[in-house]
Amino acid sequence: MNSREQILGNVRQALKRAAGQIPTTLAAPRLRIPLSDRNLYTTLFGQNLEKLAGKCIFVREPGEVVPALAELLQGKRAVASNAPFLATCGITALSEVESGFTDREQLRAACAVAEVGITSADYALAETGTLVLLSSPQEARMISLLPPMHIAVFPRARMLANLDELLAVLPNPAEQTSSMVLITGPSRTADIEQILVRGVHGPGEICAVIVG
Amino acid sequence: MTGAQSETVKQTLGDARLQLAIYSATNRLMTHRAGAIHQDRLPDYQQLRTEANLLKKHTIDHLDYYLELFEKNVAAHGGKVVYCSDSQEVADFVLSLARERGAHLIVKSKSMTTEEIHFNERLEKHQLEAVETDLGEYILQLAHQRPYHIVAPALHLTRYDVAEIFRKNLGVESEVVIEKQTAIARVALREKFLKADIGVTGANFLVADSGAVVVVENEGNARLTSSAPKIHIAVAGIEKLIPRAQDLGVFLTLLGRSATGQPLTVYTSFLSGPRQSGEIDGPDEFYVVLLDNGRTKLLADPEKRQSLYCIRCGACLNHCPVYRKIGGHNYPWVYSGPIGAIITPQFHGVLKDPWLPFASSLCGACAEVCPVKIDIPKLLLKLRSEVTEAKRREGVGGVERLAFQMWAWLMTHPRIYLALARMSGWFAPLLPKVGPLEKWASQREIPKPAKTSFHQWWRARAENK
Amino acid sequence: MKKVSLFVTCIVDQLFPQVGIAMTQVLERLGYAVDFPDAQTCCAQPAFNSGYRAEAAKVARHFLDTFHDSEYIVVPSGSCTAMISHHYADIFEGDQKMLEQARGMGPRVWEFSRFLTEVAGVEDVGARFDGVVTYHDSCHALRELHIKDGPRRLLANVQGLTLREMEAAEECCGFGGTFSVKFPEVSGGMARGKIESILKTEAGTVVSIDSSCLMQLQGVMDRAKLPIRTLHLAEVLAAR
Repeated sequence: MNSREQILGNVRQALKRAAGQIPTTLAAPRLRIPLSDRNLYTTLFGQNLEKLAGKCIFVREPGEVVPALAELLQGKRAVASNAPFLATCGITALSEVESGFTDREQLRAACAVAEVGITSADYALAETGTLVLLSSPQEARMISLLPPMHIAVFPRARMLANLDELLAVLPNPAEQTSSMVLITGPSRTADIEQILVRGVHGPGEICAVIVG
Repeated sequence: MTGAQSETVKQTLGDARLQLAIYSATNRLMTHRAGAIHQDRLPDYQQLRTEANLLKKHTIDHLDYYLELFEKNVAAHGGKVVYCSDSQEVADFVLSLARERGAHLIVKSKSMTTEEIHFNERLEKHQLEAVETDLGEYILQLAHQRPYHIVAPALHLTRYDVAEIFRKNLGVESEVVIEKQTAIARVALREKFLKADIGVTGANFLVADSGAVVVVENEGNARLTSSAPKIHIAVAGIEKLIPRAQDLGVFLTLLGRSATGQPLTVYTSFLSGPRQSGEIDGPDEFYVVLLDNGRTKLLADPEKRQSLYCIRCGACLNHCPVYRKIGGHNYPWVYSGPIGAIITPQFHGVLKDPWLPFASSLCGACAEVCPVKIDIPKLLLKLRSEVTEAKRREGVGGVERLAFQMWAWLMTHPRIYLALARMSGWFAPLLPKVGPLEKWASQREIPKPAKTSFHQWWRARAENK
Repeated sequence: MKKVSLFVTCIVDQLFPQVGIAMTQVLERLGYAVDFPDAQTCCAQPAFNSGYRAEAAKVARHFLDTFHDSEYIVVPSGSCTAMISHHYADIFEGDQKMLEQARGMGPRVWEFSRFLTEVAGVEDVGARFDGVVTYHDSCHALRELHIKDGPRRLLANVQGLTLREMEAAEECCGFGGTFSVKFPEVSGGMARGKIESILKTEAGTVVSIDSSCLMQLQGVMDRAKLPIRTLHLAEVLAAR
């Protein structure tokens, strides 16, 4: 008997259940989505991100993104994802920004030396100042992870209220991606003497640019 | 407790610096939690606890169904589930995979389950380097120590301890500034992440309907561990299952707040397989190791089965007055605090550390804060009766049993009890301070028996009427 | 006249009878006819907490017999009350007949302060006590019986009394029954932490609804030669 059979057998014996026995019905998940004015969400998002020492910039038009980021990007090597929205905002056209990677090793090498990683975001959660990134041909994992600064540029329409609303909108992320990551502020630790330090392994600086 | 165990408890109690470290770390976590679950910020807190408890109960009560559903969905997304009965099987699996792939370096993110099975030690025997990447765990690995707390593993160390550990093991000059120490670790570990062949994480939740593993963290090391190497292995106890992705609304809302007061930790990863076609990066291979290691034993007891609901938030540790005095290293196993006190005897047998269920004043603070409503005090009481029963079967503990049998006899024969009590008033001051009396007197003055008991007062009053 | 039975608890009977006397005075002043079934001994908590359920069952049975005819049983202890109302079901697990008796007893047992506020319906018993007092929430009362505000309202109405809350009001005093002698250093350490909090209030008296907690705290304070005294709520409410 292999371990699979042994363990499942032990479980069934412990629970006095037969193989294939259907469980009792489980109540539908209760998702708690606040009924607030969606127009307030971007402001709320910004406040929550700033509480975590993140930055939030609001612009009206895609054309305003590059000037808004000029100071942050000044003199820094950047890697940008293949998200179409970044091209719309003119990010990928910038000379100090490398993008268009499709090869894992090349992307990693670039991210390992880049000072800034620029991505879009699939969703954002107002209640917690969270960015939601799904891994895809448009969004690679390393860009928001290796460089010490992460900038996410996305349209305001992608803003959701909270985690529960994300789960309502996306009940089965596994169908779409191998990796969905919720990013809530800069990387941090308090492992030594409970003193807070930012930028342990992930980016120590994070900036969201909301367009629209 | 053994003599050695008693000694280290005394040492911990007498170490003022350590007492302060434990006190302030747990106090900080308690305060943050209280803010995050406050009425104003989370009005549904009690309701969420009830829902979490019911969800866990349902899952655990039908665990075989959810294990198979999870397995099916992992396979559907290109991954593989590996069932392991015990610690050695996990090591064997990883070793054989490493051999097949020519792997030499493993990076690991924080996982109590891997501590439980002595993962790193087992691999090191076969020249496979497994590097801890969570800052606290990295420091502990260098120092060959085990975690002090589920969420804050290095809370017992000072910056000077860390400076020395880094100096001795990394060959760097002694650096006591914490930000700089963190930077040293970041640089050292970045190299490992990018070179590693295999990344091993734990899992906070296993999502049955998605075949996904959820990992929460603040540093980013779990993301790097699961995304940089070509192979990702998630190791988790079979009890980590939850039915649906949508149930994460309840569990993630409770976990961060209960553990550190954070509504969400910095990174929450929902990982469901190797990189899908078109995805630029991510692992090529994805394995989920489902570990028994005795959990099916706990499952078999309908009353104590709720011990498996634990989501490892650490809130019970932070609020436990006993933990806050003796710290994590005075518990016999990797799981400390109230949760450790109830699962350790169930995994190891009640007679291995028979004192453990008794090392509690049953204050109930743990049950009050447990996000999944495990009735810890009730289980401690149950375990206490199992200890005395086991002792009786082994033919030990006879003196205490006899004492309680005599006590029960006296308490059911009031006239004799009261007569003896009257007499004891006369010779009590002469009693030698031995046994329980000595133990009491070691810390406190002994109360004097009253000259007249209430019984006597009442009788006198009735006679005078 | 309304009748109540006293269950004074073993510790009050032998070590702190003044608590029982005070309780009697307060209840009689409120117009209750107080009786004291004198076969009473103990609620069985020491045996139950030490893991001796069979021995505990014998003593619990004796309690149920002793108070068989009592309609209201008033108890100057949260832990003893909780033992009877919450844990007798665990002692008699599997014994349908005894379980029924135990379940019938639960609603008839009242911790003293709860009896005053919820049955007698009073919050002012006309007491007078001059001094600064701090209140200790005993664990079983707080977490099993959810008794928190009642004692404070009763104290608030005592003339001359100033109630000052300590930061660690809800922290365990470290008694825990046999825990206090099985793990004396930890127990003492817990008490000392509590006492630090008490000292910050500059109260001259610590009040609780459980004599076991007070015994623990007084013992440690006396060892430290601190001039703070402990009083059971009943003693404060009986003061004139």
